[in-house]
Parts: sequence; C-alpha cells; structure tokens
Amino acid sequence: MFFLNNIYLIPLLPAFGAAVMFFFGRKLTKQTVSTVCVGVVVLAFLFACGAVLQYNVWAEAHHHQPFENVVYTWLGSGTGHLNFLTHDGSPADFKIDAGYLLDPLSSIWLLFVTGVGMLIHIYSIGYMGHEGGYYRFFGYLNLFMFSMLTLILANNYVLMFVGWEGVGLCSYLLIGFYFLRKSASDAANKAFIVNRIGDAGFILGMFFIAWYLGSLRYIDVNAAARSGHFQIGDPIITAATLLLFVGACGKSAQLPLYVWLPDAMEGPTPVSALIHAATMVTAGVYMVARSNALFVLAPASMKTVAIVGALTAIFAASIGLVQNDIKRVLAYSTVSQLGYMFLALGVGAFAAGVFHVFTHAFFKALLFLGAGSVIHAMSGEQDMRNMGDLRDRIPTTYRTMFIATLAIAGIPPFAGFFSKDEILWQTWTSEGGAYRILWGIGYITALMTAFYMFRLIYLTFISKPRMSHEVEHHIHESPVSMTGPLVVLAVMSLFAGFLGFPHSLGGSDRFARYLDPVFARGEAHVLVEQGEAAQLAAGEKEEEHTSPTEFVLMGLSVAAAIAGWLLAGRSYRAADKGYVEPISAIAPPVYNTLLNKYYVDEAYDYAFTGRRKLGGVRLGTMGLGEASSWFDANVVDGAVNASGWITRVVAGLSSWWDKWIIDGIGVNGPAILARMLSYPTRLLEWGLVQWYALVMTAGLVGFVFYYVYH
Amino acid sequence: MHAMMEISTLHYLVLGAALFLLGVIGVLTRRNVVIVLMSIELILNAVNLNLVAFSRYWQGLHGPSALHGQVFAIFIITDAAAEAAVGLGILIAFFRNKETVNVDEVNLLKW
Repeated sequence: MFFLNNIYLIPLLPAFGAAVMFFFGRKLTKQTVSTVCVGVVVLAFLFACGAVLQYNVWAEAHHHQPFENVVYTWLGSGTGHLNFLTHDGSPADFKIDAGYLLDPLSSIWLLFVTGVGMLIHIYSIGYMGHEGGYYRFFGYLNLFMFSMLTLILANNYVLMFVGWEGVGLCSYLLIGFYFLRKSASDAANKAFIVNRIGDAGFILGMFFIAWYLGSLRYIDVNAAARSGHFQIGDPIITAATLLLFVGACGKSAQLPLYVWLPDAMEGPTPVSALIHAATMVTAGVYMVARSNALFVLAPASMKTVAIVGALTAIFAASIGLVQNDIKRVLAYSTVSQLGYMFLALGVGAFAAGVFHVFTHAFFKALLFLGAGSVIHAMSGEQDMRNMGDLRDRIPTTYRTMFIATLAIAGIPPFAGFFSKDEILWQTWTSEGGAYRILWGIGYITALMTAFYMFRLIYLTFISKPRMSHEVEHHIHESPVSMTGPLVVLAVMSLFAGFLGFPHSLGGSDRFARYLDPVFARGEAHVLVEQGEAAQLAAGEKEEEHTSPTEFVLMGLSVAAAIAGWLLAGRSYRAADKGYVEPISAIAPPVYNTLLNKYYVDEAYDYAFTGRRKLGGVRLGTMGLGEASSWFDANVVDGAVNASGWITRVVAGLSSWWDKWIIDGIGVNGPAILARMLSYPTRLLEWGLVQWYALVMTAGLVGFVFYYVYH
Repeated sequence: MHAMMEISTLHYLVLGAALFLLGVIGVLTRRNVVIVLMSIELILNAVNLNLVAFSRYWQGLHGPSALHGQVFAIFIITDAAAEAAVGLGILIAFFRNKETVNVDEVNLLKW
C-alpha cells in the first residue's frame, strides 16, 4: 500500500516544485523549469492513480470506509487532545491534524485535479513559452496544485481551510500575473477580497461545527451527524451549513459573490482553465459534498443551496448570451455550470452534482485551453467580433472545441448530457412544486447554454472572417504541447459521460454507485429513524424506477440543446463585419442590461465598495473610510486643535499673569516701591551744601524744642 | 515819653538770637560761598555775644571770678579764625576746580 500510506507526498511534490522555483527559479533555464514543475505534477498524477487503485483494493476489505493517514498532530495538547468543551459543557476529543483522507469523493477530485492539472501544465509550456516570468508562473501554478491537493485530501475542515486559503492566494497571484497592468491587479484584488467574504462565512461555520459537534475531523463530524442524535432542521446545524455555503459561494462564484470570476479572466488562459474552470471553483462544491451529512440535517440550507444554484445558473447564462470577449463567455458559463452543481447538491442529488463537476472539469478546461489556442493564433485578440472563419486554419483547436461545446450543451452521447440531465431529473422528481420551478429555471438555462456556446463556435470559427489582415497572416495552429492536451481532454469529454450512464438507459450508473459510501446511501438507520422528513431532504430515491417521465425530460433536454444550436446558427452562421446581435435587434434595453452584466458591479460600487457616490453620499467601505477620515480630520483633530487652542489661551493668560501680576507687582512692585522710597531718601545726598545745612538746622531746632518742651 | 528800660541780659540774648538767625539764614540762603563763610562768622559771633552776656549775668550772681563765658568766647574767636582760614582754603581749592563761587554748584557728591 505504498501510495496509500504515503499519500501526503501527492501535495508535497508540487510544493517541492514551487519551493525550487522560489529559491532558484530566476537562475534556471526554461527547460529546467518546465521539467521540474511539469514533472512533479505528472508524478503527482501517477501517484494519485496508484493511490486510488490501492484505495479501491483496501476499501473492499474495510467496509468502504475512508482511508486516513495522519502525518502529525497540529493542534492539540501533548497527548494530542485539547481541553475542549462543547456547547453543553461536555468535554470533546478535539484535535486538528495534518492528516490526509482518501475516500471515493476525494479520489474522484484527486484524479481529475491532478489529471487536468497535468495537462494544463503541459499546455502552459507552449502557451507561456514566450512570456516573461516563466519560472514565476510555474512556481505559482505548482503552489496552487499543492494548495488544491491539500484542500482535497485534508481529513478535517481546518486543513481544508488551509488549502482553501492557499488556492485563494494562488488565484490572486496568478490573476495578477501581469501585475503591471492595472486591470489585472485590480482583478486579482477583487478575487481575493470577494473570496475573503466567503471565508468569513466558512470560518464561522467551522466554529459552529466545532462548538456543537466537538470536532472538525470529517470522520467524527459525519459520525455525529449520522448518529441520529440531532433533529432534522436543527437550528445550529442549519446556521453552520448556511455559513459554510456562504464560503462556498465565495470560492465557487455563486450569487452574490460571483463578481470576481469574469474579471479573473485577466490572468493567463491556462490559469483560467485550471483555476477558474476545472479545479479551484469546484472547491465549494467539494466542501458542500463533503459536508453532506450536515446538510442533510438542514433542509432549509439545502433549499437555499438549490435556489441560489439555480438562480446563479440562469443569471450567469443570460449574461453570457451577449458577451463579446471569448473568455468572458466561458467565465459566465463556468458560473452558470457551477450553479447547476449546487442545484444538484441542494436537491440532494449529491452524486449527480459531483458527476457534473467531473465532466465539467474536462470540457471546461478544454474550452479554455482551446480559447487560449485561438487567442494564441489570433496574436492576442480576444474579442469575437474580430474573429471568424478559423475552422480550417486551426483545425485541431476547432474540432476539440466543437466537441467540448457539444458536451457542455448537453447533447448525447457526450459527457455533459449525462450529468446535466441527471441533475434536471433529480430536480424534477424532488418533493414540492417549487422544485418544478427550479427545473424550469435549469431547463431554460440549458437552452441558453447551448445558444451562447454555439454562438461562440460560430463567431469564432465558422462565420466570415472579420479580423485585420496582419492578424490573418499570422494565424497558425498551436504547437503539439498545446494541442496534445486539447485532444486528451476532448477524448475525456467524449467518454467520461459513460461512467455515469444511468440505469434508465441500461447503464450501470457506476459513478453514483462509487460514491455511495460517501453519501451514506447504504445507511438506512438515519432514514428510518427520521422518517419521511429525511427522505424529503435526502431527495434521491433508493430505487431507480425507470419512469416514462424520465425519457420525456431527457428528450426535452436534448431538444433544448438542439434548439439553442439552431437558433445560434441562424443568427451567427454567416456573421460578417458589423453583424447585429439578435437580442439587440429585438429588445435593445434587454441587450444593454445583459451586456452590462445587469450593472451588478456598478451596484456593488455604490453599495459596498463606495467607489461611486450614491446621490452625493459615499456608502460602503470607502464611505466608511471617508466617514472615518472626516471624523479624524474634524472631530479628533478638532479635539486636538481645541486642546491646542486651550493651551494657547491658558498660555496667554499665564503670560499675562506673569507679565502684569508677577512681574508687575511681584518683581517690579518692590522696585517701584524702592524707587519711590528713594525719592525722598535721595534728598539726603543732593549735593547741595546749603540743603544739608538746612537739614542740620532743622534737626537742631527739633532737638531744642524737644529739650525745652518735654 | 516812656520810661527808659534797664538794658538787661535779655536784650543781649535777643540780639544774639537775632544775629544767629541772620547768620543761619545767610548760610542757608546765600549763593556766594564767601558770604556763607561770613554768615558762619556771624553765627559764631552771635554765640560769642550770648556767652558774654551770660558770663556777665553769672558775675552778677557768683562774683567777679565767674568768667567762664568770656573765656569760652575767646576760644570761639580763635576757633572761628582757624575755621575761616580752613574754609577759605577749601574755597580756593574748590574754585581752582570749578571756576565758580556759587554754592549751588557744589553738587558732585550726589546720588
């Protein structure tokens, strides 16, 4: 069980790559950088494959428990336990380890993160080959892999949070890779700060869990949650799960914290592919899936997750309909697809959500890398209005992207069809009319998805050429290092769907079955004890009936996808210079609203950041800053100035006192008195002789009188 | 015609007092140093007159040997002479310095 017992090496390999880049990167050649950084990820992937294979063997013999490997105890007293009391005062066994856990859920994530990560690293060799900061890019990319793998493989929420923060950091570093561009560094700030808002929720959620359940280790938390000790709808657990979901919204770009993702397209395209499509943004989904035992206990949270997911899906898709930057379309598409994943989790179809994460990783990464290839061929052009007719000029890119588009649109037998359809089916069959509405939202979103994705294909590859002549001359297919991964991902997009071939169509539904131990499908006692309500929350039915409704819905999904395709074709197939957007022709105000992303960023500027004044008043953070600065300049400095003024007044009084009273009376008084006394006394020394004589005479007369009359 | 008065000691005393007073006034008032010195002589002589008058009176009381007053008057005359000489010497010295005989201008030793 070598790979399994040394599973901590998987995150450590890319960490090593990052460390080498940190210390020596500047002095290395591009060859060496490529070898080291891509090599460690390839090794990590192979290692991951080995670990998963070994886990499957091990799990058979161990009741499909998760495999845990604790490297060392991070938090805890000498014996490994903190003196920890839970909410009712009972002591709990609380410790946080640097520990790694492998179970079906983390296995799936491990495989596609290392696999897609590996392909993207290879792709980056070609894509970033001519860029400056090559070693820095790969160093950050490796650091990202390390963080993401830590996140996935952690055995407790705190270590997951370490990875969570790490991927946030790397996202910041990589979005702002071209840091000399203000838009890039602004986007990086935005990503990190919006993420942080989510993180606050995550941390609070962790506090609640620790306080209420006495541990943050997954095994302990899941055991406590499934023990039957807690009621469904428990308020603390509801609060905790909602807070965790806030964290997921930040990381996985759901409403209202999605605003950073479109701006994150400032980063190099491989970054967009890896971080903002395939891996980092799925961290939120992973976290909710990992916490499924808690979510199942809180139907209110599940509903919230489902509603937010569905709304995000349709909201983002609507914006994607009209965007002109190729990467922006894909960014909004990512937000929208993430919405689908949360919708799935929210209705209790955890396996379906995870399946969609899995398939989405492949075709979305492919789409981004393909877009990168297009941009590369177009000498840096990203605006689709200036593309067109690239089909025969960059054939491999075209074909692979076309496959990815078919996948994302949900056209069978490609990957996206199975996962998206499963989600819609599970939504439709959830108890409650509201879920039908959510299904409707999902359905319309699917239509939109097909439309905007095919719009992208038509405008980029098929319509009339609209680029300038110099750009046209330089169009060339990308090197093998770039097209190779595209092909591999295309193959996965074609075939990955079959892993989740549903029962209804005769398949074994292996994917969902593989995940059963994680989502406690086999554990009936929770459901039995808590009765119908549990079934409601859990959503997914134990047995899979093949009802005709399922086929009807399946057919409708396919119809939506094809309808979207045809509509896009009609509007864009022959688009020439100055083509008109159909929406702008039908309803210009709608078009403008969508093009301006519903003015959400502007609204946030008014309300939360305070970059724009609202009717002369500045709100939000900058408003607070202004208010504080006003307070400081006027009140605090006013007080300081006032005290200074008082000091001056007192000084003035004091000086008056000193000058007139002390000096005047105290010092000068005696002097004046002395002078006054001196006037008569002076007379004794006049110098006039006759005066002296007179005085003498007067004295003499005095004596005489005294003697005579006394 | 009124009866002739006996010239008694009192008359001499009054005369002596009057001369004394004149002398004092002269000392105090006169500007010229020489006149002041003369006034001082006048004072001394008034005193002499006083002394001699009393001596005569005492002779009337205690016999002809009571000549104390007269003897003292001779002393005073001698003394006056010496004093006049010294005074004039001072005057000369002063005059050499200041070219004036006004007593007003003897005022260097002042505050």
